[in-house]
Amino acid sequence: MEELFQYVANGFMIGGIYALIALGIVLVYKSTSVFNFAIGQMMAFGAFLFWTLSVQVKLPLLICLLLALAGGVVIGLLIERFTLRPLIGQPLLSAVLITLALSYFLNGLSVAIWGANQYKLPEFLPGKPVSIGGVIFSHDLLWSFFLAMALFILLFFFYQRTRVGLSMRATAESHQIAQARGINVRAVFSMSWALCGLLAAASGMLLAYRFGVSQFLPLVGLKAFPAVLFGGLDSIAGAVVGGLTVGILENLAGGLVASWLMEITPYIILLLILIFRPHGLLGTKRIERI
Amino acid sequence: MAINRPCGTFDRSYDQDIAIIRTRLQWILLVVGLVFLFSLPLFLGGKWLDLANFIGISLIAVHGLNILTGYCGLISIGQAAFMAVGAYTSAILTTKLGLPFWAALPCAALTAGVVGLFFGLPSLRVKGFYLAMATLAAQFIIPALIANPLEPITGGIRSLRVPAPEIGGFICRTSQSMFYIIIPMAVIMTFFAKNLARTGVGRAFIAIRDNDLAAEVQGVNVFAYKLLAFFICSAYAGVAGSLWAHWIRAINPEHFTLMDSIWYMGMVIVGGMGSTAGAVFGTVFLRTLDYFTTAYSTSLASVFPVVANLQSALAPLIYGLVIMVFIIFEPRGLAHRWQMFKASYRLRPFPY
Repeated sequence: MEELFQYVANGFMIGGIYALIALGIVLVYKSTSVFNFAIGQMMAFGAFLFWTLSVQVKLPLLICLLLALAGGVVIGLLIERFTLRPLIGQPLLSAVLITLALSYFLNGLSVAIWGANQYKLPEFLPGKPVSIGGVIFSHDLLWSFFLAMALFILLFFFYQRTRVGLSMRATAESHQIAQARGINVRAVFSMSWALCGLLAAASGMLLAYRFGVSQFLPLVGLKAFPAVLFGGLDSIAGAVVGGLTVGILENLAGGLVASWLMEITPYIILLLILIFRPHGLLGTKRIERI
Repeated sequence: MAINRPCGTFDRSYDQDIAIIRTRLQWILLVVGLVFLFSLPLFLGGKWLDLANFIGISLIAVHGLNILTGYCGLISIGQAAFMAVGAYTSAILTTKLGLPFWAALPCAALTAGVVGLFFGLPSLRVKGFYLAMATLAAQFIIPALIANPLEPITGGIRSLRVPAPEIGGFICRTSQSMFYIIIPMAVIMTFFAKNLARTGVGRAFIAIRDNDLAAEVQGVNVFAYKLLAFFICSAYAGVAGSLWAHWIRAINPEHFTLMDSIWYMGMVIVGGMGSTAGAVFGTVFLRTLDYFTTAYSTSLASVFPVVANLQSALAPLIYGLVIMVFIIFEPRGLAHRWQMFKASYRLRPFPY
């Protein structure tokens, strides 16, 4: 029984990181209707950058943290400017494919800079593992869980209460109408990609804190795709629910059934979701007309 | 496209109208080209022959993907996984059951096709990049199944030895002999892909790609045709996988990664979606590029010693850049450039 609780607890907390990545994907999808396949590589970039700044340059940890987040934002903006903006008005297929190509390119770039080694990040999260009733909560996972929750609430308020958030929601509804109302759609696109870069860098560092940073990190990031589809592609709450559910289910399947199942449980969930409820748990169901 | 016809060539019968090869010059070029292709082993060295074999195998997988993505408009990033199904089916049939290669090959195509059908099921309700997600799932689930629950018959992550194909008592061990299995297969599959696009099935695929709702109203059974596209795509991958297994002769789930699937997708894009000639251009171009970057990355890395890991980073860098440039500047691919060149050549000296 205790084991079961442990698996659920682990799932909850790793699910927090998936939720963060999923938030990044949903943000970009909501306003630009582009699905960002390159988010795994963006995460790795943030983590590698943090490693370089803290271990090689030896800056204070807080400054490294902020610089790595800023780096994530810059990468998001660069990607938007140089690959997505020329494709405005082109079929969506091209935009999806270009993020795939981009992930390959970024992979090459990070291999060129950081090589194929695995690095361990310095301890930047204070605290140590907590044990509640025999169930151990490791502090890094707790941190990521609460960070995900905090960011979720922040983003929720950002979308509902601020003017920029409102313009982003309007753009998500319809690019043309938003433009006609005087909203700078291009600025909204850049803004969403910058936010996506920020979230990617944050989740990348959290993941790397747990597993170390290497060229395998993007593969973990891919598991956020099932989370996004589970929750619904255009739903912020759905990203959080999806991330947590995928995290818990994969830990349960890995712990109780067979360890190799852990790696593919998210993808099995993905297939089932696509067959039975393609718009996800909380997503908007779109009706098509000719 | 009438504009692409040589001057003075007219159709006097229906047979002439549907012919792929119209003029005597085209026939001569075809025969000379085929003779040249099949005499390649006479003057190509080992490395180049291996490249040719690799191009042939990739070409089959890319033709399948082109039918699915280029003609039917469904994205797949799981082609390498379906190749794995074909490779393992063929390997197990020949080693465990002792079937000859020529019998294992169609079985591999069939098995891969059926597995592809299963992963095509979500196309009942979703399309576009949602479907890409289903194939992404295939890309992770299939190698994991091969490595773990199917370990007793596949050997798991240890490599599975595959015998050399034997045809009529002749065992094909060398690159030369494999060339005469792979390249004829590639030519046959190209011919089949070219003709498929011109049949009713191919037209139904194109109708679905252009507007699936309109296609349904026109009486095209959209779901059945989407599944058929998945079946054909995966069956092509199965053939490619089977050939790959018997050429490399030791297969491993690690050989069939997401990156390989993205490579195949890239070949379709660079060549030009929805064009059989494009699939050939894209495959030859990217495989040759890959060959040269791998061959010269060591010397390039010594020129720029500042970037220590350039050697292993060069291939993904160049490859990612090439696809991005093609998507942004020439989304219709090399095939479109070739058409434009032909048109301008025929119309010379007039601009149009």
